Amino acid sequence: MGKRFPREELLAPGHRGCAGCGASILVRMALKAAGRDVIVVNSTGCLEVFTTPYPETAWRVPWIHTAFECGGAVASGIERAIKALKKRGKFKDRKITVMPIIGDGGTADIGFQALSGALERGHDIVYIMYDNEAYMNTGVQRSSATPLFASATTAPAGKRSKGEDRPKKDMAMIAAAHGIPYVATACISYPEDLMKKVKKACEIEGPAFIHVLQPCTVGWGYNPEDTIKIGRLAVETGFFPLYEIEHGEFRITYRPAKRKPLKEYIRMQKRYRHLTDEDIEILQKYVDERCKLLGLE
Amino acid sequence: MERVDVITGTTAAAIGVKLSNVEVIAAYPITPQSECVEMLAKFIADGEFDAEYIKVESEHSAMAACIGASATGVRTFTATAAQGLALMHEMLYIASGMRLPIVMLNTNRALSAPINIWCDHQDSVTERDTGWIQIYAQNNQETLDSIIQAYKIAEDEDVLLPVMVCIDGFILTHTVEPVYIPDERKVRDYLGIYEPKHAYLDPDRPITQGPVGVPECYMETRKQINDAIERAKEVIKRVNEEYYQLFNRRYGNGLVEGYNLENADTVLVAMGSVCETIRYVIDRLKKKGKNIGLLRIRTFRPFPKEEIKEMLEGAENIGVLDRNISFGLNMGALGTEIMATLRDKKICNYIVGLGGRDITPRNIEEIVKHLEESKDVETKWIGLKE
Ligand SMILES: Cc1ncc(C[n+]2csc(CCOP(=O)(O)OP(=O)(O)O)c2C)c(N)n1
Ligand code: SF4
Ligand SMILES: [Mg+2]
Repeated sequence: MGKRFPREELLAPGHRGCAGCGASILVRMALKAAGRDVIVVNSTGCLEVFTTPYPETAWRVPWIHTAFECGGAVASGIERAIKALKKRGKFKDRKITVMPIIGDGGTADIGFQALSGALERGHDIVYIMYDNEAYMNTGVQRSSATPLFASATTAPAGKRSKGEDRPKKDMAMIAAAHGIPYVATACISYPEDLMKKVKKACEIEGPAFIHVLQPCTVGWGYNPEDTIKIGRLAVETGFFPLYEIEHGEFRITYRPAKRKPLKEYIRMQKRYRHLTDEDIEILQKYVDERCKLLGLE
Repeated sequence: MERVDVITGTTAAAIGVKLSNVEVIAAYPITPQSECVEMLAKFIADGEFDAEYIKVESEHSAMAACIGASATGVRTFTATAAQGLALMHEMLYIASGMRLPIVMLNTNRALSAPINIWCDHQDSVTERDTGWIQIYAQNNQETLDSIIQAYKIAEDEDVLLPVMVCIDGFILTHTVEPVYIPDERKVRDYLGIYEPKHAYLDPDRPITQGPVGVPECYMETRKQINDAIERAKEVIKRVNEEYYQLFNRRYGNGLVEGYNLENADTVLVAMGSVCETIRYVIDRLKKKGKNIGLLRIRTFRPFPKEEIKEMLEGAENIGVLDRNISFGLNMGALGTEIMATLRDKKICNYIVGLGGRDITPRNIEEIVKHLEESKDVETKWIGLKE
């Protein structure tokens, strides 16, 4: 890994992210894979807020934030502007990667339309959904990417509630349904896999969508030193399978030798602490079914 | 070479965009604007115009895409009306807050409900505080000229703010008039290529655009926008004169345009195409020995306070026509602001032409008569059914 990806950090340290934040780890890796010829688009959310309290910035690459729901549209405008600038002779023989890095709320909920528009129109962008499974910036409210039975502040566990009552929206498959050349899932606990995917996405012409799972200490309720471990368990249990769909061809990119019981993953996080063993059994069945569907026994 | 075409307001705007060498267009159709973006698509399809055209899925995305493109350093355009403008609302503040010289055509149309595709000014007047410069054109020629001027104004280093060119839906958008089309080379020489000097996205010069504006800096950003739109007054006046030197047309001093103001005790104040109707009535009344003046507000933002004070100094009866209404105040926006500008005058506010209700010469005469007879400040709705 050290050989193929640069040591240079394009996201500076000293930002205001929580200790153990998976989002900053993701950005560091994605930028190592993309290199300097990149323009990053953020939507409103944790990442934008903790990296840019004026007059400070953690970004060593060009970066823009406008609003919450328009990452796909802003990226579309930038991509076409680069095309226009190329007609004037700027960026000659260079491929500039336009990279929206947008939260699960900004992708799966309020920015869903802008994302779909950008994918459908075929813009040459690398859209990274950084998924911490809730609206973290505003206090851990549920999003449509919040998994079944996780407690969130607008879907709290209680006497008559097991937390979120709907399963997680499957954004990678929704993106794939747009017929775009590249779709992948990734997790920050598998850096090489993640960076390879980002690199491939940068090289492919046309829209690429990478759904990255990113554990969040605050929203999920675990100790900062466990971020990587939790991400690993999400993958090893089959809760979050790693795959790619390249020009329509589906391929599992990481196959756990033997899937671990989901319970190991669930029991590490406070957002699930209200669950009984029977509840976890329901979740286990759900995960088993999805894994079967993807050919991940 | 300059030529004359007989065209609609939307076509005039589209030709203005083409002449201005716009590089990225992002737009979504809505009546009565659609013809403008259809024309632009056709120019591109026919190989007459080499712009990137993003067929976005909403007006919110149209403005977002223009913001992205403009922040990357190219000239951008979009067009909309009513519901589309309202949907953009959030992004309008972001365009001005990021100091991006985006130009937009707004074809004025009433807001729902009930849904109504016809003209009034409620849509753009509602956006008056967004930090956009607003130019209200009164005919198709001015529409074309204003689009070209809008880029010159927006991109000026002293301004760097977006500009909205507003034209009356159907009255201008769907009516043909003879329009002088300036020579393409001349316009291109005048505007040049847009090259931002300060903030733009470029991997060779990484900067952060749109960061968190903490309380220690936010208020200053507001003051800077306010100062810039104030400075825009001089720029608009200068551009109006430059344009006159080059293309032989000017619109008052760029901010306001007076008509028959000398020796007129009674003066009407208005924006948009109704000013042409008012002028017609003024000429007619003149023949009957009546002296009525007109002050046309061309830029609602920046609001030309100084000119208004100066030009209405001698007026005794001032009637302000508003194609919009502030519910709960029973006044329109222009009426309110003229009243705030001229505190010692008798000013009547006339609510007219909402949702496409015609404003006829007879309505104007009714306003003049009421104004001359009225003793005090008053708001009156004109043209309501009995
Ligand atoms: C139109 C609009 N609605 C609501 C908000 C408030 N808001 C800001 S960030 C955010 C949640 C962001 O969630 P996500 O995209 O998942 O990013 P995260 O903070 O979790 O990283 C919300 C609800 C907003 N800024 N704009
Ligand atoms: S709340 Fe979660 S996503 Fe946000 S900075 Fe903290 S750890 Fe990162
Ligand atoms: Mg989130």
